[in-house]
This record gives sequence, structure tokens and C-alpha cells, in this order.
Amino acid sequence: MNYQFEFGWLFEYYPQIVKGIAITIQLIAVGAVAGISLGIVCAWVRALGPAWAKPVVAAYVELIRNTPFLIQLFFIFFGLPSLGLQLSELQAANLAMVVNLGAYSSEIIRAGIQATPKGQFEAGSSLAMTPFEIFRHVVLVPSLQRIWPALSSQVVIVMLGSAVVSQIAAEDLTFAANFIQSRTFRAFEAYMVSTAVYLLLAILLRQVLGMVGWLIFPRRAAR
Amino acid sequence: MSLIEITDVRKSFGPNEVLKGINLDVEPGEVIAIIGKSGSGKSTLLRCINGLETISDGSISVAGAQLLDDEAHLKALRLKVGMIFQQFNLFPHLTAGGNVMLSQMVVKKTPKPEAEEMARKMLERVGLDHKFDAYPDELSGGQQQRVAIARALAMQPIALLCDEITSALDPELVAEVLAVVRELAAEGMTLLMVTHEMRFARDVCSRVVFMHQGRVHEIGPPEEVFANPQTPELKQFLGVH
Amino acid sequence: MIEFTIWDILRNLLLATRWTIALSLVSFIGGGLVGLALLFLRISRRKWARAVAKYYIELFQGTPLLMQLFIAFFGLGLFGIDVPAWLAAGVALILWSAAFLGEIWRGCVEAIAKGQWEASASLGMGRLQQMRYVILPQAMRIAVPPTVGFSVQVIKGTALTSIIGFVELSKAGTVVTNATFQPFTVYGLVALIYFALCWPLSKSSQILERKLNVAHRNH
Repeated sequence: MNYQFEFGWLFEYYPQIVKGIAITIQLIAVGAVAGISLGIVCAWVRALGPAWAKPVVAAYVELIRNTPFLIQLFFIFFGLPSLGLQLSELQAANLAMVVNLGAYSSEIIRAGIQATPKGQFEAGSSLAMTPFEIFRHVVLVPSLQRIWPALSSQVVIVMLGSAVVSQIAAEDLTFAANFIQSRTFRAFEAYMVSTAVYLLLAILLRQVLGMVGWLIFPRRAAR
Repeated sequence: MSLIEITDVRKSFGPNEVLKGINLDVEPGEVIAIIGKSGSGKSTLLRCINGLETISDGSISVAGAQLLDDEAHLKALRLKVGMIFQQFNLFPHLTAGGNVMLSQMVVKKTPKPEAEEMARKMLERVGLDHKFDAYPDELSGGQQQRVAIARALAMQPIALLCDEITSALDPELVAEVLAVVRELAAEGMTLLMVTHEMRFARDVCSRVVFMHQGRVHEIGPPEEVFANPQTPELKQFLGVH
Repeated sequence: MIEFTIWDILRNLLLATRWTIALSLVSFIGGGLVGLALLFLRISRRKWARAVAKYYIELFQGTPLLMQLFIAFFGLGLFGIDVPAWLAAGVALILWSAAFLGEIWRGCVEAIAKGQWEASASLGMGRLQQMRYVILPQAMRIAVPPTVGFSVQVIKGTALTSIIGFVELSKAGTVVTNATFQPFTVYGLVALIYFALCWPLSKSSQILERKLNVAHRNH
């Protein structure tokens, strides 16, 4: 192999890389906060919500979980304009992230809710709380705590999956790598560097999620 | 009018009739022990009074609040009767104080400072004011159960339902919980308790209800029921021949 | 402009679906074989073997599949090989699947109670015999539902190979869209075809898992 590695381009193109990193971080920040919120609402509907809404949410969850993120993204960005919903690249990417993580997290959170001991519901009832109050004040936090590791892993998976938003020209980290390789013809190096950055981001994100968990769940639940 | 009126209550789980027409009136300040074999329907009866099980037939009312299967009626009823469970059922993500404060703030919309004051008072009443900031998994079973009692008392119920509240405890922790209950009885709280603690029932209760196969089989003051059981089933249950 | 009927669109998409299925099968089976090797490294008694497997898994689970595809596509070229898209796609998906399957299976092996290892050791079995006769038969039972579940991830993962130019269902979707200017219909149909492939697998994974849980409770 006579290939000469060449990383000199890094000096010239690092602003693109930094911008790409910023957008990738922005995508997962919005995706995580809004997606998990959506997931909580959907999990509530499926576990305890009104009967008419359950099949609607179930259909949404199954549809998202059984189709590729890339196609969801294309459908939102290229398909929805024919319904009159024109989104920018970044808006479409954000929406796709939220919709995708919403479906996955709802399933994970639902498992946490289902693992709630029956006595917790009964104790809440006996204290005259309504089903919604029980969900909000008694069930939700321990349920989230129960599944926080699984939820964190899913957030990391979705962050890594966000690499495909470059395909609708949202200017994330992968977009930057593509841009650089098209200018410098240093494809291998460009993708090596961005892969390393993704790995770093994944490790960092896991740490951040661990810290968030540590902050919102001050103690380990006994059950 | 009695405080709790249970009239002709029936309850079935599928084809299995667990309560076959229960009649029981409880006066204010009475302490009633419900005894019987497992499967006799005693826990189910208690859970019906709190609306945790819907009754199939008959009626239950507590201080005029009817047990009806809608949210408003259930809430009115549950504000009058507190319930203590065998498994404590403390909320694991809240401190002892938080457990006692939660329903005051959520259900009664009590402002936080007042709820906290009430929580401290109730925890003091069960001898745990120093554990206000402890989480349930830092407490012994007996302490957890006492927090659960404080949690129910903070809602200022006019009656308490106790469902085998010492059955999940290690033997050496039973006494501290019973001491609290004894004190409540002395203060005039109306208590309905399903229990296996026969000595406690004899010492503290005003009446003992013996349930058998979904019916009230014998009822009377403890000295009569324990000293002079009338039916062979109660004799067998008490182990006297 | 030529008019395309829904049937025209669907026929083109279904023809391309064959390649999605073929690539999924290759990736899943290949990934299974490499994943098995990883599993043995991961639970080996040799420290270096465990470390190798651990870092392999962390690397492939901690980076985007798309990047792995790019590196396979452009990186293999550095060895002077002219890499066709199908080869890069196959290699990357196999290595990626292996990381996930290896990790799933390790979880299953570790879920077998320690007492089983101890009991079999006390009967004088060697490490390989323990695996062969005691641990694996039990681990395989609980490994089936998550393994079937992961096959869904593989099918969805093949969609990314369209980006390096492998013509499968997603690529066909883009091509057909460019010809028909009906992105809503085309991508809607593409999604439905993926759903038709994935949903039965998801569902059977769920059903298998429920069966397993029931069986366990009855023990």
C-alpha cells in the first residue's frame, strides 16, 4: 500500500468541522428533549390513556420502529411539501429526530411504567389521587429511573443515526466530511477524522446522560 | 347513623364470589379487627371500602359519602378513609417527608409550607420526625410502615383501613408499628384492621369480625369471640377444642 | 413526460427490494458468524482476547454505520482494490452486525446463572465442554427473541447502502422519485415495503419473548 496519509487539510477546513459538530449536537439536543417528552406522552397514552388514542399511538410507534430513519427523513423533507408542509433542511432533520426518538423512547418508557408495582397505584388511589396525578407524581419518575440506561443507549443510537441528515443537505458533521472529501479528495482521512469525532461525541453523550440521570434521580429506588 | 355502613356487599372475581353479602356497621371511634383464613375475603372487603375493588352488589357509605364508581365520588370517599398496606407502598423517589407531603399538595392543594408542617407533625406522631429527609430504602420495614401511617394521617381521614400491616415485617419490628396503632386507637381514631395479631386484637379492639367463606361468620366483643367461640370454624381457626 | 401508474412505481420498488433482502440475509448471516467469534473472544479467559472484542464492539457501536460504510467504500480502495458498492456494503454491514450480535449474545450467556458454570465445572467439564453442553443450549433459548429483533435493525441498516450507491429499495425510491416527481407516494410506498419486511420480524420477536417469559415463570 503506497498511500500517503495527509491531514494538512485539517487546518484549512476545521471551521466546517466545528460547525458540523455544532449542528450534530443541536440535532441530538432537540431530539433528546422533545423526543423523550413525546415518548412520555405516548407511553402514558398506551399504558393509561383514553382507549381511542391507544391504536393511534401504537400505529405511530410500529410504523417508525419498522422503517429506516433515512426513509422517514426523505418522506418528511421531500414528501410532506406535497401536503403543503415545506420545511428547511434543518427543520426536517430536527422533526425526523424527534419523531424517531419519540417512538423508540415511548416503548422503553412504557416498559418502565409496566414494571411499576401495583401497590404504587393503589397507594396513590387510596390517597385520593386521580389516575393522572398518580402517573405524574408517583409513577413517572421511578419508571424513568428504571429505564434510564436503556433510554440513554437509544439516545446515543439516534445521535449516530443522525449522520444521514447530510443526505438532505442539513449541514451536520457528516455533511462537513463529505464537503471536505469533495474538495480535497482525501476521503479516507476525512471520514476517519469524523468517525473519531462521532466516537468522542458518543462517549461524551453517554457521560452527559449519566449526569442528567444523577441530577434528576437523586437516589436509587429500592424497587 | 353509623360512620361506616356496609350493606349487603357482594364481590365476584369472574365466577368466583368472594364476598357473599356482607353487613357491617361501624360506629365512630370503634376499633374493629377482621380475622379469618386467607381467602376468606377479609382483605377484599377492606379494599372495597376504599374503592380499590369495585363491588358487584350492595352499598358502602362512609360518613355519608357513597361508594360509587366515578372519580368524584371515589375521591370524596378516599378523602375520608385512609389505607395502610401490607407492603407499605411508599413512593421510592420521595423522602419520608415528601411521601407525607405529596398528596396534601397534589390532592388538597395545600401550600408547601403548610404541607411540610403537617408532615413534620405526623412523622413526629409516629416517632420518626428525625427521618424526614430519609428515603424509603434507608428505612427499616417498621419505619417504612410508620411513614405510611403518617402519610395516611396527613390527609386527616376519619377512619383508617389497615390491611395486614405487620405481616411483611420481621418479628422484632412488629411491636413498634402496633404501638403506633394502639396510640391511634386510644386517641379515638376509627380503625378497621385485617390482622393476624390475635393478642393485639384482644387487647385493643372493640369488636372482632370473623370472616369465613365470604361471610361474616361471627362477630362480637373480643372477650366473647376469643373466649367463647360459637361455631366450629372459629374454634378451629383459633385452635381451641 | 411519461405517466407512471402506482403499479409501475410499485413494480420497480419491489424489484429493488430483492436486493434489500439479499443484502440483509448476507449481512445477518455473516454478522452472525463474526459475532459468534466475537462472543467467544468476549467471554474468553484471556484478558487480551476480551479487550480486543470489547474495543471492537465499542468502536462499531460508538460510530455511525454510515461512516463505517464510507470508510469501507473509500478505505478498501487504498489497498488498490476497486471496491464495488455491494462489496463495501456487505463488508461494513457484516462487521457492524457482528458487533451488535456479539454483545446481545454475551448478555444471554451472562444471564445464565453462575451456578450452572460451577455445577458443570464441579462435574469435571472443561471450558469448551461447559459452553457446548451446558451454557450455550440454555443461552440460545433466551437469545432467539433479541436476535430476531436485531434482524429488523439489519434490514433498516441496508437502507444506508443507497448512499454509497448500492441499488436497493431506498436507492430505487430516490431514482423513481426523480423520474416521477411524486416523492410523497414513492417514499410512502418505500416505507410500507420496509414495514412489510420488518413488522413480522418485530412482532415475532415480541411474541417469542413473551413465550419465553411465561415459560420462565412456570419453572
